[in-house]
Amino acid sequence: MQTFDYQRAAALPEAVKLGKQGEFLAGGTTLVDLMKLNVMTPARVVDINALRDRYAAISIDDTGLSLGAFASMAQAAVHPKVNAQFPVIAQSLQLAASQQIRNMATLGGNLLQRTRCTYFRDVTWTACNKRTPGSGCAALQGFNRNHAVLGVDNSCIAQYPGDFAVALLALDAELALAGPGGARRLPLAQLHRAASGQPQLEHNLKPGEIITAIHVPSGRWTARSIYIKVRDRESYEFAIASAAVALELDGDTVRGARIALGGLAYRPWRATAAEQSLAGKRLTADTAAQAATLALEGAVTHGYNDYKPELGRRTVTRALLAAAQLPGA
Amino acid sequence: MSSTYTRRELISGTAAGATTVSLLGGAGAQAAAPALAPPSGTPVNTTLRINGRDHRVSHDVRQSLLDTLRERLGLTGSKKGCDHGQCGACTVHIDGVPKLSCLTLTVAAQGHEITTIEGLAPAANQLHPMQQAFIDCDGFQCGYCTPGQIMSAVACVKQGLAKDAASIREFMSGNLCRCAAYPNIVKAVEQARGAMGEA
Repeated sequence: MQTFDYQRAAALPEAVKLGKQGEFLAGGTTLVDLMKLNVMTPARVVDINALRDRYAAISIDDTGLSLGAFASMAQAAVHPKVNAQFPVIAQSLQLAASQQIRNMATLGGNLLQRTRCTYFRDVTWTACNKRTPGSGCAALQGFNRNHAVLGVDNSCIAQYPGDFAVALLALDAELALAGPGGARRLPLAQLHRAASGQPQLEHNLKPGEIITAIHVPSGRWTARSIYIKVRDRESYEFAIASAAVALELDGDTVRGARIALGGLAYRPWRATAAEQSLAGKRLTADTAAQAATLALEGAVTHGYNDYKPELGRRTVTRALLAAAQLPGA
Repeated sequence: MSSTYTRRELISGTAAGATTVSLLGGAGAQAAAPALAPPSGTPVNTTLRINGRDHRVSHDVRQSLLDTLRERLGLTGSKKGCDHGQCGACTVHIDGVPKLSCLTLTVAAQGHEITTIEGLAPAANQLHPMQQAFIDCDGFQCGYCTPGQIMSAVACVKQGLAKDAASIREFMSGNLCRCAAYPNIVKAVEQARGAMGEA
């Protein structure tokens, strides 16, 4: 690990100021890991854990769910009202990581967790555009079994590894940010950048900006929501395919469907065409499968991940049919 | 040799009069803790509250809590398996909840209550009910993952999530056991669930 200037921020303005030239340390589950691997080599680390208590509240009112970005994954995962009214969010957290990591990691930090791509995490692979812009992508010709098939280009096929952001994307979440230019709001859909030949740029936060809260608007679909995660082992594993689904039903007719995919894409992936295909239709095995086909349209595979589009279609179908069986609001 | 020596005392050479100690220490691969890189820049001074006692350490800013526990404070119960937050062998309680000491910077642990496996038993020469349950149920083979397993298992019971075998297995999934003692670990948690309730 390279050494660094350690600074402790006691309050938000101080954190923003110090953070303009450094990396924020909250739970540390990504940052410390990647610093040990020399993948991340910040000259300054700004410890923002002193802010945890002030920005960790979880509340629900008529407008929706508000999650303090400094709440731990564990706190949100077990929250009774989140489980009752926003089950897709609670499930996405319960099915992620291990209990130790859920205790450490903050919600805001989880959104920014970095890819598990082997070629990114191991600096002895020289070709990684995300780590070293212009060096190439070893995964294209490598063991790419759990690399993305949606939103990829020839610069990077790394997969966004998280679950929580996928659930938030399906529910149109919005982030509250604090930064050098003051407070602003950012739709979650605009947090993660497309690869676009520049995979080293992963998010649209400005230097020094901190996620302080996450807002999820209320709606008739949030209670009838589910997160289905397919993985190589039953617990403590990243997705090879996942789907967050929320449905608004009138009898068995779909008024509105929300579908987002994880474990398949370069960034949290909203399946808009699939959602639109279901509007006004009865939800059956056939219509669900048709929507799933649309959800994986445009998938690009690289050999070892050729299985993913079909697995993704089946995961979306399963999630849609499972959500339809839920009692709803 | 008297059985009153512990394995740790024997290896570290603190067992009085044990002439075999230096031999073991010199040749023993298990005794050879890799030296930490020399501190660069100014050392950081941190006060850690561990098992109810304050410890003042001067350390490299990069040093993990795990390395401070093991290499500086002699608290070698917490183990280094992967050193990347994947195996759970380094699990300690920080402010009462299990966390990974290998991914915790020492400097960031100041001001928090840290409990390691050494601080779990209620008194000297006594075992915590979970420690006793692991012995009774044969919940380990090589024992390397056991301190981390026990720290997670205690939290599993305290959080009311030792409801059944499936719930225990899910809670304990962040603690890997390469000897695969999993069935007996689950039995140990089930046994201790009752004992901890009575304690």
